[in-house]
Amino acid sequence: MINLNEVIQTNKMFEQENLDVRTITLGLSLLDCIDSDLEKLKANIYNKIVTTAKDLLKVGKEIEKEYGIPIINKRISLTPIALVGAAACKTKEDFVEIAVVLDKAAKEVGVNFIGGFTALPAKGMTKAEELLIKAIPQAMASTTNLCSSVNIGSSKTGINMDAVKLMGTVIKETAELTKDNDSIGCSKLVVLCNAPDDNPFMAGAFHGVTEADAVINVGVSGPGVVNQALNEVKGKDFTTLCEQIKKTAFKVTRLGQLVALEASRRLNIPFGIVDLSLAPTPAIGDSIAEILENMGLERIGAPGTTAALALLNDQVKKGGIMASSSVGGLSGAFIPVSEDHEMINAAKMGALTIEKLEAMTCVCSVGLDMIAIPGDTKASTISGIIADEAAIGMINQKTTAVRVIPVVGKKVGDMAEFGGLLGYAPIMQVNQYSCEEFINRGGRIPAPIHSFKN
Amino acid sequence: MQKSILSVVGKDKVGIIGALCSYLAEENINILDISQTIVDGFFNMMLICDTNNSKKSFSEIADGIENLGKQLGVMAKIQREDIFTSMQRI
Repeated sequence: MINLNEVIQTNKMFEQENLDVRTITLGLSLLDCIDSDLEKLKANIYNKIVTTAKDLLKVGKEIEKEYGIPIINKRISLTPIALVGAAACKTKEDFVEIAVVLDKAAKEVGVNFIGGFTALPAKGMTKAEELLIKAIPQAMASTTNLCSSVNIGSSKTGINMDAVKLMGTVIKETAELTKDNDSIGCSKLVVLCNAPDDNPFMAGAFHGVTEADAVINVGVSGPGVVNQALNEVKGKDFTTLCEQIKKTAFKVTRLGQLVALEASRRLNIPFGIVDLSLAPTPAIGDSIAEILENMGLERIGAPGTTAALALLNDQVKKGGIMASSSVGGLSGAFIPVSEDHEMINAAKMGALTIEKLEAMTCVCSVGLDMIAIPGDTKASTISGIIADEAAIGMINQKTTAVRVIPVVGKKVGDMAEFGGLLGYAPIMQVNQYSCEEFINRGGRIPAPIHSFKN
Repeated sequence: MQKSILSVVGKDKVGIIGALCSYLAEENINILDISQTIVDGFFNMMLICDTNNSKKSFSEIADGIENLGKQLGVMAKIQREDIFTSMQRI
C-alpha cells in the first residue's frame, strides 16, 4: 500500500516543483471533411472540431480535480491543412479563410492552441502547399490561437531548398504583419525537418495521415522535479547522476501515461502517445537551464553544455521508455530561449549564443526554438539558419526545428515580449555574413547516404 | 473499489483529524487506513478511504475537503489513489 512519504513526495512535486501535464492534445483527422467547395469544407471542418472536442476542456478539468494534477493546456492538432484544403483552395486567400475558421473553432471549444496549418513539402511542393505557405503571414496575422508548421526535409528525402528559401521570406513577412506585437506571429510558426506525426507540443503539432481518426496524445513536463532530484546527488559521479534523472523521468512519464489513459477513456477516443519532453516555462524553478547549471555549469552556454544536455536528454528517454509502452512525439529536452528564464539570463549576458544553441540542438529533441533576432535580419540569412538546422536533423536522423522571431524594429540588446507561456527574449546576435548566393541556388539537397537502407 | 487518498499538511493543532473524520462520516465515506507524522514541526497526514458509497460526486467531495482544510488552517486535498501507485510503483 502507498505510504505517507510517497504521498508527501508526489504532492511536493505538484505543489513546489512545478510538475504538471503540459498538454492534452486531441489529434483529429480532417480527411473526411474534404470537399471541393470551400464553403462546405469550412463548415465540415468547423463541425468536426466542435463536435469531437466539445468535452475536451471539461474532461481535462475533471482529471485535474480528481487526481490533483495541474493540466496546463488543452490543445488540438489537425491533419495538415495543405492536404485538406488542396481541392477547395485556389488562392492563398482561400487558405486564410480556413485559418480563420480553425481559430474560431479553437475559441469555441476553449483550447489555447490549435495546430495543423501545415504543409509537408519535404521533397517536392504541390501547388496547394505553396499556396498554404504563402498564406501563412496573413493567416498568422488574422488569428490568435492558430499554430503553423512546415516540414522542409527529412533523412529519407533530403532537404527541399526551394521551400527553405520560401520560408525565409514567409517568416519575414509574418514578422512584418504582426510587428505591433513584437512580431508574435513568428512564435507560432515553426519550420521542421523530420517532423513527427504525433507530436502534442505546439507550434509543431499536426495530426499526420498515418494516424487514426482521433487520438489523445499527452505531453508531460517536469524540469523542476528533475532539478530538485539533482540536488540530492550534488558532487556525485555521472553514473549516479544519470540514475537519478532516469528514476525521475520514470515517475513523470507514468503520470503522463495515467492522464492519457484516463482522458482517452472519458472522451472515448483512443490513446495515442505520451511525449516525454522536458518543457520549460518562464516561471522560476521550471527551467532546463537550471538543470544543466545544477549539474555543474556556471552558466548554460559554457563548455560542457552540449554534453550535459546530451546526457539529460538520453536519461529522460531511458526512464520514460520504461514507464510507458507508447512513447512518441519529440520526447527529449526542449530549449526554447524565451520560455526559460535562466536561458534568457544567459543570452542577455552573452554566455549563450545562437552558435552554441545550434550545437545543443544536435543532442536534444528539437532545435533553435523561440529565439528573437534583429528585425533587419535578411530573409536569406533566416533560410541559411533553417538549412543548417535541417542538415543537422537530416544527417543525424532526428527532428530539428527553427522558430526564430525577427522582431521588427528591434536590434541586439533590446527585449521582445510575447506574453504568457511564450515568455520574453533578448534579441540575439546573428552572424552578419551573407549566404544569399547559396540559398538562391534552389533545388534539393539530396538525401544522405545512410538513407538508402532497404 | 476505487480508493482515494486524503492528505493534509499544516500546522499541528487539536481536532484536525476529528473534523475531517466527522466530515467523512457525514458523507458516508469509509476510512480504510490512517497514518500521520510530524515533519519539521508540520503536521502530515494521509488517510486512505473509499468514496464509492457517498452520494456526492468526487469533485463535490474534493471541494468540501478543500474548504474544510481552509477552515482548519491546513492544506487538505483528496486524490484518486492511482496517481500515487502509477508514479511510485513499477
